[in-house]
Amino acid sequence: MIVEIGHYALILALALSLVQGTIPLAGAHLRYDSWVAVARPVAIVQFGFVAVSFAALTYAFVVSDFSVLNVAMNSHSAKPLLYKVSGVWGNHEGSLLLWVLILTLFGATVAVFGGNLPPELRARVLSVQALIGTGFLLFMLLTSNPFERLVPAPADGQGLNPLLQDPGLAFHPPFLYLGYVGFSMAFSFAVAALIEGKVDAAWARWVRPWTLAAWCCLTVGIALGSWWAYYELGWGGFWFWDPVENASFMPWLAGTALLHTAIVVEKRGALRSWTILLAILTFSLSLLGTFLVRSGVLTSVHAFATDPARGVFILAFLILVTGGSLTLFAIRAPTLKGGGLFAPISREGALVLNNLLLTTACATVLLGTLYPLFLDALTGEKVSVGPPYFHATFVPLMVPVIAAAGFGPLMAWKRGDLAGALSRLRVALVFTFAVALATLVFAAKAPLLAVLGTALGTWLVAAALSELAERLKLFRASPGESWRRARHLPRAAYGMTIAHAGAGIVILGVIVSVTWETEHLQVVRVGDTVPIGGYDFTFRGVEDVKGPNYDAVRGIFDVSRDGDPVAVMTPESRVYNTSTMTTTEAAIRPTLTSDLYAVIGDPDGKGGWAARLYHKPLVHWIWLGAILMAIGGVVSLTDRRHRVGAPKRKPVRSNTDTTRPVEA
Amino acid sequence: MRLTHILPLVLFAVVALALGIGLTLNPRIIPSALIDKPIPEFTLPPVDGRPNGLAASDLRTGEVAIVNIFASWCGPCRVEHPLLMEIARSGEVPVHGINYKDLPRNAVAWLKQYGDPYQRVGSDRDGHVSIDWGVYGVPETFVIDREGRIAYKHVGPIMRDDLDNKILKKVRELQGK
Repeated sequence: MIVEIGHYALILALALSLVQGTIPLAGAHLRYDSWVAVARPVAIVQFGFVAVSFAALTYAFVVSDFSVLNVAMNSHSAKPLLYKVSGVWGNHEGSLLLWVLILTLFGATVAVFGGNLPPELRARVLSVQALIGTGFLLFMLLTSNPFERLVPAPADGQGLNPLLQDPGLAFHPPFLYLGYVGFSMAFSFAVAALIEGKVDAAWARWVRPWTLAAWCCLTVGIALGSWWAYYELGWGGFWFWDPVENASFMPWLAGTALLHTAIVVEKRGALRSWTILLAILTFSLSLLGTFLVRSGVLTSVHAFATDPARGVFILAFLILVTGGSLTLFAIRAPTLKGGGLFAPISREGALVLNNLLLTTACATVLLGTLYPLFLDALTGEKVSVGPPYFHATFVPLMVPVIAAAGFGPLMAWKRGDLAGALSRLRVALVFTFAVALATLVFAAKAPLLAVLGTALGTWLVAAALSELAERLKLFRASPGESWRRARHLPRAAYGMTIAHAGAGIVILGVIVSVTWETEHLQVVRVGDTVPIGGYDFTFRGVEDVKGPNYDAVRGIFDVSRDGDPVAVMTPESRVYNTSTMTTTEAAIRPTLTSDLYAVIGDPDGKGGWAARLYHKPLVHWIWLGAILMAIGGVVSLTDRRHRVGAPKRKPVRSNTDTTRPVEA
Repeated sequence: MRLTHILPLVLFAVVALALGIGLTLNPRIIPSALIDKPIPEFTLPPVDGRPNGLAASDLRTGEVAIVNIFASWCGPCRVEHPLLMEIARSGEVPVHGINYKDLPRNAVAWLKQYGDPYQRVGSDRDGHVSIDWGVYGVPETFVIDREGRIAYKHVGPIMRDDLDNKILKKVRELQGK
């Protein structure tokens, strides 16, 4: 019964989203205030229905109602409660429901807190948002109904893919979706602005926090996914340039560009149509990501449902959303007036450079991801574009981005002073050269590229901190004066420093861990000692372990350094009862400067066990840095101008009338 | 309208077109290098607790046959299973199975629970024979012609449309009906 209520609530949500997608939009055009007013309550009630639906599915998973096909296919009565709940979104249908839940939640948020938005803009934004929701709700109800019954109900479920039974992955999809769907807000605002023909500072001030929040969530989501790959897949890798990973990385790159260009619109009124275009592209890439993952076009079949009907639906939806909005862009964008002028060497110029490079980088990732598909479509040839392509294209594009990110914040708006910026960054420059030199001299087998990478990472951290010190007049003014400045500095400035430094730390983690890792793959026998990266791993044997729904073999390694015991590491190889799939649980021991990483494999039948042992310097900096970037975003979100909100715009009579750029 | 403003739309149209073509190509036709080639030599023992193993000679009897690669741990196999049962009930063409990297007791329990459409099932515990068949993963389904050659390969779960318009169509064509 509860399951049917969930299904029914979903249908009602669809009906409401049709209302919300049409009436307010028409009302805003025809100036019927009562139609415009429909948007807010409907958005809130629609969220309510989707929430009921989501709760019903969660209930079915928690009580293990195997008469629901989705539960029977993806859950198992022996699963721990956490994974029963995460099983709700661990499958195609449920993840769509989560997507719509977040989408309507954001819509409801705009309805509740958007009191200071002009009613017509708000109505249009909510309508566009609802039209996106309509597409997803239709998709779910027509091709992927999560509430489909199964008769007769099986005695037990098929179980979640054991690889996915993991806390890191339980929370990976919700964060990714918060990111993807968050960009839908930027998209809705962009389309609403195109319909109105008006992009101004108030608009940018509304779009930026949404973009920022979405970006933070996406950053965390990608970091969680990469962390999961690192410790669960058992290869010690953290990024594979896999199409599914790229699918989340492309919106991140475009979103990062959007984040920066929205500042220019807000502060200087320039780059408007570019910002609108980026908002459209960022969300389109989120949709494309969904298409690639859900249609099975790129990944070969087996991971996800590959009902071709679903692929056709998502593609049609993508064409409607992206094609439609880009058509609107082609018609309306030329009417948007340009903003303030600026010299090439200026804050705007630096942000334009950032945008050009980030979008190019995004395009190269897109090309690399879709190239096998293009080739297949044209010649029928099957290829796979591997990491070599991405290393050769993506990495060189990132070098100038990082280098410029150090300078950018020190540039003044309109006209900057490169020499002045250089002189104010001299401490950072000297420090960077010192680190590069030290790496060259002291690090064993340092390739020049690795030295360059280390220097870039160091530079970004040092430059971000110098810029902050510069603003606070640290060591130049009295401590009291610096403290006063520190208290009055906008939080957005702190956010930027933290996020830039975080990016530098990610780079350092990637470069150092990849260049200087030590790896041993060998068969070990009880009592064997393997020296790695200054540590000694001694194999003590294996024991059998029984988990709640799996059996495991656990290897035991004593790790010591110069004879002093450091840790006991216990990697596991698990076989889940519901499938014959084996998963590896790597044992990871973080030390201050490195990770020790051990994986136990299969026995060789002669008393030995295959083992993989790694020493990875600074590898945890990758995720530490990513978390710092997200924290930087959150700090920036708490900035006063977001809390206070945008000033009201004067009512404008004509649609084509644009407001003047506002100096901030 | 200026060119620069139309450019994104044009680029997107190209991408969308490729995606559309990709959708029709993939993943149902991952080309099998083995199409129209004789089936590989193999002999697989029966699944413990079930009679009739599967060997290459069983597929060279002058009869068209279907070989389905399945496993009890495979979710999509559960999806296509009713359609395999349907073929078996119709008696139109014999269905054989290769049980891929599975525990025999799980496989037998699975066939008891959902029904057993297979005449013969070979147990491929380590998956080596399936590699010879060019199997990417489970489920996959092959149509074998009268001379024991692979005539058609379907990757992923069989949907109603695949069964009626591709697999059975191919079978009937080969049977000369």
